[in-house]
Amino acid sequence: MTTADVVGPDRAAAPPPGEEEFAPGLAGLWQRAWLNIRTGNLGPLPIIVGLVVVVVLFGFTATNFFTSVNFVNLIEETAGTAMLAYGVVFVLLLGEIDLSIGYVAGIGALIVAELQLPGSGHQLPGILAMLIAVAVCAVIGAVQGGIIAFVGVPSFVVTLGGFLIWQGVILNVLEQRGTIIIQDRWINYTDLYIFSHWLGWIIAAIFTALYPITVLYKVYAARGTQIAQQNWPMVGAKAIGLAIASFGTVAICNNGKIIQTAEGLPLPLVIVVLFFALLTFLAKWTTFGRHVYAVGGNAEAARRAGISVPRIRVLVFTLSGATAGMGGIIFASQVNSVALTFPPGNLLLNAIASAVIGGVSLFGGRGEVRGALLGAALIGTLQNGLNTLSVSNGYIYIVTGGVLLFAVTLDTFAVRLQKRSGR
Amino acid sequence: MATDTPLLELRNITKSFGSVQALTEVDFEVRPGEVMALVGDNGAGKSTLIKCIAGTHMADSGQILFEGREVHIHGPRDAAQLGIEVVYQDLALADNLDVVQNMFLGREINIFQILNEAAMEERTSSTLSSLAVTTIKSIRQTVATLSGGQRQSVAVARAVMWNSKVVILDEPTAALGVAQTEQVLALVRRLGEQGLGVVLISHNLHDVFETADRIAVLRLGRNVGVYDRRTTSQQAIVEAITAGRPTKVSGIPAEAQV
Repeated sequence: MTTADVVGPDRAAAPPPGEEEFAPGLAGLWQRAWLNIRTGNLGPLPIIVGLVVVVVLFGFTATNFFTSVNFVNLIEETAGTAMLAYGVVFVLLLGEIDLSIGYVAGIGALIVAELQLPGSGHQLPGILAMLIAVAVCAVIGAVQGGIIAFVGVPSFVVTLGGFLIWQGVILNVLEQRGTIIIQDRWINYTDLYIFSHWLGWIIAAIFTALYPITVLYKVYAARGTQIAQQNWPMVGAKAIGLAIASFGTVAICNNGKIIQTAEGLPLPLVIVVLFFALLTFLAKWTTFGRHVYAVGGNAEAARRAGISVPRIRVLVFTLSGATAGMGGIIFASQVNSVALTFPPGNLLLNAIASAVIGGVSLFGGRGEVRGALLGAALIGTLQNGLNTLSVSNGYIYIVTGGVLLFAVTLDTFAVRLQKRSGR
Repeated sequence: MATDTPLLELRNITKSFGSVQALTEVDFEVRPGEVMALVGDNGAGKSTLIKCIAGTHMADSGQILFEGREVHIHGPRDAAQLGIEVVYQDLALADNLDVVQNMFLGREINIFQILNEAAMEERTSSTLSSLAVTTIKSIRQTVATLSGGQRQSVAVARAVMWNSKVVILDEPTAALGVAQTEQVLALVRRLGEQGLGVVLISHNLHDVFETADRIAVLRLGRNVGVYDRRTTSQQAIVEAITAGRPTKVSGIPAEAQV
């Protein structure tokens, strides 16, 4: 539910004193925006502003930042983090935490690498290997979720245990085997496949159409009710913004060239956006998603309403394991191998930071899937930009930490403003 | 208004927790279209009795009759299926969800797990307007933004929406201001007028005398009596609560001392 829906005018009842009525059209849009700012109802605005600031800043300072090739790189680096962050959103919505995802991603990567290994005697087609890897990661998530839900061990402890256990498993295997090279075409495609130029344009057109279609469907399916009431200038602005973003992305990607090979739209971006759409649908339009928000908001109320709270917990940790597995495969694909250095950097903390920067509350019940995408984009861009400036890793961590702190502080203020204004 | 066949009748309900005898041969009934208050001091057994009806506890012995036939309530689901809904003191609403989402919590209208928001919104607004709950500005605002009285109204409306026949309200006005209390009490009276059996648990005798048709008093896990609101006084009820004699002494039934 967007802010606009919540604030939407109600014809059925008289407004209590002190509530503004909005003028129609653009003036109303402005009034609404101003009211939202005053009452701390910022939505994704701060993070989008932050992203623009970061891009402009690095555009001026770093010589290699504003290139098409780097843009494609950025997408390939960030896609895996975004996948993990999607799972984190659902876990945080429950008010829980999953610390194991970094190494569960490693397990996913290890399994695909092992199963595609030519001459190993158990070589499988790449697609099948990926399906098995994701399934195993989902089962790992389910087992951890089961311990949390049925035994009652806090998720922090269970997944901290998972963190150590799966790290241990990866160490044991890779210390013997060294680096496993991934040769399977399909697995490597997950992060490195580049669409041809015209396919890129078609995909941009499809993604552009997606938003207006969902809005129109919503208006049609729910005609006569409040959720069907749309703030049309806002919808128009969003649709135009998304069109510019989609076609702009493809235009930049298509513009790139490494020596003679033309660049184009990378597959991981399509995967990440597809999962964004899928998981947003899951969170907002299904009973499961509704129950996740309910359990995160008030577990006791959910239980009394007949929702099986343990079932929801297990399902969410299963989802978290599965998205971690998919993210792990994408990361392995990026370097065509799995080595002892996996998972790269602080994947776990980047994924959690992405969701939190994206406005997902650590206390449960508040946040959106889009937050993970925007947060991952911000962190990815920041780290990529600092890299192109040849800043040391130490400073990159410091800056990332600072941004995380700033984002959460801003959010805390926003929540306080919301409370004060009774929203 | 009220007919004579009880909608819900409890006979000789006994319940103990270990060595603590919480209820001893308690009788209780509520008729359709009647607001039946259940009063008693702390520890009198009000909550235990309610939990036996709601299926949270099972009585050790005794009968529960619903619309004249004996029923066995083994869990909250059984109670809900019979049409018994309980609105608990601590509300059980999810603050982060809006009014519609809370009204349908756990019973969302869906087609293959996909939510049908339009249907839920329509039913919410028709239920709220049938109960004359008009102070809620938008049913799409989150429950966190509602006042205590509005939240209580949502909780009550949720209980009523499911074709329930008996609604049990546990201290519905405990945390409310004067105006909001009036609002909720008016709602309680309307439930009775609509033909439901309403059980009102309250410490506040003013509220009880404003709404109830009859008043059942429990003391130390035993019946003290059932009083008609029109023929009794607050003074008499206070006496019954603090010093009333049990109407039954071990197995010998006695009529209520109306």
